[in-house]
Amino acid sequence: MSEATPILEARSLVKILGGNRVLENVSLDIGRGRVKVLIGPSGAGKSTLLQCLNFLIPPDSGHILLEGREVEKTSKRELCAFRQQVGMIFQDFNLFDHLSALENVRVALMKVKGMSKLEATERAVAELKRVGLADKATLYPANLSGGQKQRVAIARALAMDPKVMLLDEPTSALDPELIGEVLTVIRDLAQAGMTMILATHQISFSASLADEFIFMERGRIVEQGSPADLLARGAQSRTQAFCSKISELTGESGQSGQSGESGQSGESGQSGESGKAGAERRL
Amino acid sequence: MDFSVAFNAARESLPYMLGGVGWTAGLIIGAMLLGLTLGVPLAVTQVYGPRPLRRMVAVYVWLFRGIPILVQLYIFYFGLLAWLSSLPGLTGIGLDSPFTAAVASLGLTSSAYQSQIFRGAIQSLPAGQLKAARALGMTDAQAIRSIILPQALRLAIPAWSNEYSILLKDSALAFTIGVVEIMARMRSIASTTHEPVSMSFVAGIIFFALTWIGVKGLTLLENKVRIAGYTRQGAV
Ligand SMILES: Nc1ncnc2c1ncn2[C@@H]1O[C@H](COP(=O)(O)OP(=O)(O)O)[C@@H](O)[C@H]1O
Ligand SMILES: [Mg+2]
Repeated sequence: MSEATPILEARSLVKILGGNRVLENVSLDIGRGRVKVLIGPSGAGKSTLLQCLNFLIPPDSGHILLEGREVEKTSKRELCAFRQQVGMIFQDFNLFDHLSALENVRVALMKVKGMSKLEATERAVAELKRVGLADKATLYPANLSGGQKQRVAIARALAMDPKVMLLDEPTSALDPELIGEVLTVIRDLAQAGMTMILATHQISFSASLADEFIFMERGRIVEQGSPADLLARGAQSRTQAFCSKISELTGESGQSGQSGESGQSGESGQSGESGKAGAERRL
Repeated sequence: MDFSVAFNAARESLPYMLGGVGWTAGLIIGAMLLGLTLGVPLAVTQVYGPRPLRRMVAVYVWLFRGIPILVQLYIFYFGLLAWLSSLPGLTGIGLDSPFTAAVASLGLTSSAYQSQIFRGAIQSLPAGQLKAARALGMTDAQAIRSIILPQALRLAIPAWSNEYSILLKDSALAFTIGVVEIMARMRSIASTTHEPVSMSFVAGIIFFALTWIGVKGLTLLENKVRIAGYTRQGAV
């Protein structure tokens, strides 16, 4: 990762919300084509961190750099230009409810990128095809399943040609049987070289994908390293302790709808092959 | 009361009474549109504007909701508009007509109420809508125009049609400054025919019909712009 300037870099982010130090001096960076996974207990500050990275929540102090250039957050113009280059996927999709799937993907292409309707439509159709929803283009969000909504949201973000994608627990709001279709899209993206920061509880899936795990707790980055190192048997890492707790919890419910194999081996998720196998089963 | 006399009087009065419908309709349409044109930006300012502007909107709303329309009619007709139309360049353009004064006071009052309808609708939208729009690089103005208002205005239609029926009844006050709408005609014909009961009956039916037509029309509009499967979230 040292070979080039990071695509996105955060330096010493601090965020105080309601008197709580929700982010306590958080720094991270991510290089082109890398995938970093944020894990940690609920309330750790993952969502706040991701939203600080594109100023949806303005950090109280700290700096954000895109390809080595600091984002001047006081300039609204620069902020909008910056956000175009940073795709964001939300836990609860946030599709525009009054627009069809196609219009959801198209609206920012026309309003923000100034594309003609024809051009924008072509691009939107291509992006919907990429997430396997070409045939749902005319449907409104209320008539899409959760998994389909999240895939439309991904298509909407991809259409802007982002340099990096931030994904905040993209499958947490989904019924178990719908998680797989979204994970497939995310894995395809990673394989196509998209740079991503992903907050998730899907440990085995993300272990197969991530270059780095970042473990957060109480607004701080507590551990970071390759999934293989952090999850290795006997690693004694906080990450491993947390992940085995999750897999105990999800071992029954999370895997029950799957192929019927015991979830434990895949979920406690060593790394590499067994992690991948776990991911395959989910899909 | 001789029923057939009353009935004949009512029937004979009908053309004259119906002549007021144009004035009443003009008052309501003018006031609804004035209220809409001011109400939407007032609501947007009150939700998204900087604090001092939000305060000013709150004062505006409080003022126009607090002053009775009857009082405003007098202020506009005998005071403000009479004075304005005496200014050089503003004479002779109808600023001092009773109709203008009535549309102004009904419309400004309605803008205060309408702004609260739209504010409620905007605030009922999930916060994620604006976040998602911003995350795509939209400016707040773009997000409000393309994402927030199209949803909020749809949600506001039922309350808006309620505002229509209230305005329709308020518009009857315009007779006090001499707009020859339905109410004014009812009063004058009642005093010449000495048939106040049948005349008020006719006026009542006309007002009721106008209410029905307007509310029906807005329900049709609501259904026409309804989005598949999108249910109202108890916004208004
Ligand atoms: N608007 C807010 N006011 C006060 N505290 C908040 C607010 N938003 C989030 N928090 C707190 O910030 C902490 C981090 O939240 P969040 O970033 O959502 O964590 P995570 O995504 O890791 O679950 C939590 O303790 C939460 O209660
Ligand atoms: Mg979260």
